Amino acid sequence: MSTAPRTLFAKIWDAHVTATTAAGADLVAIDRVFLHERTGASALKSMAASGRPVIDPARVFAVMDHIVDTRPGRGDQTLMQGGQGFITETRAAALAAGITLFDVTDADQGITHVVSPELGIVLPGCTLVAPDSHTCTQGALGALAWGIGSSEAEHAMATGVLRLMRPKTMRVTFTGTLPKGVTAKDMALTLLARHGAGGGAGHAVEFAGPAVEALDIEARMTLCNMATEFAAMAGFVAPDAKTYAYLAGRRYAPAAFDAPYWADLKTDDGAVFDAEIVIDASEIRPMVTWGTSPEHAVPVGAAVPQGPQRAHDYIGLEPGATMAGTPIDVAFIGSCTNARLSDLRRAADILRGRHIAPSIKTALVVPGSMAVKRAAEGEGLDKVFEAAGFEWRMSGCSLCFFAGGESFPAGSRTISSTNRNFEGRQGPGIRTHIASPEVVAASAVMGAITDPRDLMAEAAQ
Amino acid sequence: MTPFTTLTAVAAPLNPGALADNVDTDAIIPSREMKSTGRTGLAEGLFAPWRYVPTDDGTRLPNPDFVLNLPEYAGARIIAGGHNFGCGSSREHAVWALAEYGIRAVIAPAFAPIFAANCIRNGLLPVVLPRGAVEALAGREVTIDLATQTVTCGDATYGFAIDAEPKEMLLEGLDAIDLTLKSQDSIGAWTAADRAARPWIYL
Repeated sequence: MSTAPRTLFAKIWDAHVTATTAAGADLVAIDRVFLHERTGASALKSMAASGRPVIDPARVFAVMDHIVDTRPGRGDQTLMQGGQGFITETRAAALAAGITLFDVTDADQGITHVVSPELGIVLPGCTLVAPDSHTCTQGALGALAWGIGSSEAEHAMATGVLRLMRPKTMRVTFTGTLPKGVTAKDMALTLLARHGAGGGAGHAVEFAGPAVEALDIEARMTLCNMATEFAAMAGFVAPDAKTYAYLAGRRYAPAAFDAPYWADLKTDDGAVFDAEIVIDASEIRPMVTWGTSPEHAVPVGAAVPQGPQRAHDYIGLEPGATMAGTPIDVAFIGSCTNARLSDLRRAADILRGRHIAPSIKTALVVPGSMAVKRAAEGEGLDKVFEAAGFEWRMSGCSLCFFAGGESFPAGSRTISSTNRNFEGRQGPGIRTHIASPEVVAASAVMGAITDPRDLMAEAAQ
Repeated sequence: MTPFTTLTAVAAPLNPGALADNVDTDAIIPSREMKSTGRTGLAEGLFAPWRYVPTDDGTRLPNPDFVLNLPEYAGARIIAGGHNFGCGSSREHAVWALAEYGIRAVIAPAFAPIFAANCIRNGLLPVVLPRGAVEALAGREVTIDLATQTVTCGDATYGFAIDAEPKEMLLEGLDAIDLTLKSQDSIGAWTAADRAARPWIYL
């Protein structure tokens, strides 16, 4: 029997459709649900109040990441007023529901989208949802993973499925080879700059092409992480030998990936997508955002373009200003975008033997998980960061957003390895520039936004 | 859930900047305004960064320039916004805050997907119209009729598209979980077969 060529998306979706309603919605089986303390307790408490149990608690996980403190010696207390309640209520609700919780002091604690791949919870070909927009990060493992609201999380936990309209498909192909010093973060920001923050709306996006295949698994997570900034339902990369090697031996992963199932998780030759975008990776440069949407991104060496006046007013940069050399106050390396071991290694390579500029008021490294923290310490990276003037913290989402905890005076300018530069995202009046860990490290050293290749060239001489 | 059938109200154009694009859920309700694990007590934080001005003593006062603070938009029930409305965080608190404030519909050229799904689950109607149409009706009284999928404003009537399933959910005020639990048997049968086919999924 011959079948028409199918996309990887279609293969995963079709394999999970348990039924289709008369109104045309698919009831899509959900293999994994992940919660965090910011939205998880809401969902679990609401279910309990309705008398609805979690139908398969073994496939539901939770972690404390969003407002948990990251200072050494932390407990349930947080700098956010009332934050402790989110932690204690999530703990109680998780216990009552019988789901697996990676708690504040657990060795496996970390950011949801760092912990899940690390433990082999997300798997190629699986469906995974979480009430967190950056769940698309986990598509890097070849899964269909996407963010949902709390009500949908309840729905998935109570029924095992979600009622969904089938999205359209898009393939974003990166041809060629990334130049040295240019990373997956720059690929994501280039896509957003060229095609807009709404460019992926209504689509499930497969990232493909030689420059994507060349990325290691952690870098693929960085790329897929920002699919939500592209308004895509999900972003993913077809699993390959690197994927299976990454997952081998992880706690929740199968002992072997030898079933025919795994070999078929790829887009067939000749499969048709609803939309296609092609970007030549060799043209990509280290990027930085100038404004208040992730689509407001330019190469570090470029000038600020004309954008919405409100964005210029908020960020304090007029059209024509050069991004490179813009003085910064705060440097942050962390988040589900860029806080894995490879991210920390690359930043440390730039910081080794250097120190942050005296004008930098705060420089922070927050590892993506406690496992990343231990591994980095095993390589002495913590000492490199500390010698350079960075603080070395426990894991959590930290400065990626402001929930009432740590922040800075209004008008402060941060260079941040995170994913959102919205108005007030890091605190009222804070001006956020998002970039790769390399750009953050180089900018911290120079006290102003800097192309990391300038320092890499220096180190090589 | 409260059904959505028809609604006549003024469409408040979302400031700052008429029909600002990429209005994100951090702007609709900042994380710091999510003070408990409940779904209520959120209306006060709606659009907090734009709706209030801080005072020296640490409190805040209404920003007289913000659209929802203008007398002509008091008690607004419809918001007109720009492209990619509701982008950013998946926080359903954005929709809970809108609903608690009294908003029943948002009209925009495009919505971020998680926000739109959250609207449906909470009885809010996301209406997608071309930008020109949204600009034409912003600030005016409009009638939204979900059954006929139209927005009427003065002499003009605009048709909008919505998938059959969300339309039915909104018109009937259906609870999605209750509805899906009616398919429990077929889901159970699917799961039993899948357990044999993909045993590694079942922990």
